[in-house]
Amino acid sequence: MGAFFRHELRLALRQASDLIPVLIFFVLAATLFPLGVGPEPVLLGRIASGIVWVTALLAAMLSLDRMFEADYADGTLELLALSPQPLAMLAATKIAVHWLTTGLPLLLLSPLLGVMLNLPGEAYGALLLSMLLGTPCLSLIGAIGAAVTLGARRGGALVPLLVLPLVLPVLIFGVSAVEGAATGLGAGPALLILGALLAVTLPLAPLVVAGALRLGVSD
Amino acid sequence: MHRFANPARFQRIARRILPFFAGATVLFIGFGLYYALLGSPADYQQGETVRIMYVHVPAAWMSLFVYASMALSSAVALIWRHPLADLATRAAALPGAAFTALCLATGSLWGQPMWGTWWVWDARLTSVLVLLFLYLGYIALVDAFDDPERGAKAGSILALVGAVNLPIIKFSVDWWNTLHQPASVLKLGGPSIDGTMLRPLLLMALGFTCFFVTLLLLRLETALLDRKIRAVEERVS
Repeated sequence: MGAFFRHELRLALRQASDLIPVLIFFVLAATLFPLGVGPEPVLLGRIASGIVWVTALLAAMLSLDRMFEADYADGTLELLALSPQPLAMLAATKIAVHWLTTGLPLLLLSPLLGVMLNLPGEAYGALLLSMLLGTPCLSLIGAIGAAVTLGARRGGALVPLLVLPLVLPVLIFGVSAVEGAATGLGAGPALLILGALLAVTLPLAPLVVAGALRLGVSD
Repeated sequence: MHRFANPARFQRIARRILPFFAGATVLFIGFGLYYALLGSPADYQQGETVRIMYVHVPAAWMSLFVYASMALSSAVALIWRHPLADLATRAAALPGAAFTALCLATGSLWGQPMWGTWWVWDARLTSVLVLLFLYLGYIALVDAFDDPERGAKAGSILALVGAVNLPIIKFSVDWWNTLHQPASVLKLGGPSIDGTMLRPLLLMALGFTCFFVTLLLLRLETALLDRKIRAVEERVS
């Protein structure tokens, strides 16, 4: 399992050309907002938490289709399904690699966007914590969408359509954590709910993904 | 349950019960509309606009009921590989989406005179909008595969995952402070709605349910015939 993890991580890092556009999209999409709604610092500061979270959500959607697609196309997935290791664990490993190569970079970039959008200084801790709890949920729930669309026509456009309604709670509580910290109400309750979301999706999503992958390779 | 797995037997039974459900639909909605539009009083606060409720509330109940039955038949399809369950989930999706859209549209029409706005982003309205997206996502996913069986299986998984939204919709009015009013029919201590208004509401709800069953039977029959045509075409080519 450890070897599989290292192998997957090395593969993902080698294909940096897949990863970089997602991060550029994240920054680029966020810069559209000051141009779209006007550059007043007060207005931007108030909606900064929403912009960072929404663009992170969209950037994560962009990265989902490469999660299983290559392995499905070249037959690796069939070998994984036949291996003695439980498929859910292998799926969890792939999800962890996806988070390390997408969620974590988005998390590290998010304070930069905060500065660009004039996010209040006391909100950065909550932003990082909410991203730390929220982005793994995006990878976990997104993996379900990526797995059920394997072999579908126009899979790329389909995945966001399926996944976005399911990740709305992450967006809602992610933003309310940052807003709570910025307005002095406290980020605690929203962060606890984000943690609960992660605690539910972490064990369940890999099982669902494994079920969907098995259906995908069985015919 | 597996007695109905034989499509021929299912079709025989479906054809026999279809006229009853179609007739019941006409009866219930006919009487329901009479009581809703003529035989019930206007509300003391809302006036005549309260009559929107007799379409809005049954449509909302149906949107939840249909999704719950889709989740159930998805589970049946995945666990027992029941051959008709996949078709039933697919057949229920479009009527379910239509009920949800009807619920949102009538709610918006009702909200304008009562709340002074067509739409607010409160928890109940938002979660029902998400339900509509779940229906549409299911339909898009199932149609995206060349092999309909594969599409139905992928759809079953999605329908089951999406079922987490149902309790959120039901309890959204209790968990959050919403503009939408809390439940007044299905609650502890009995309904807090007057009998003259409850009667048309329940009649319409029964009518909507019979209408859904009628549609489901017709759509299942179509799906079975469609599958037969495809099988014949494959054999010919």
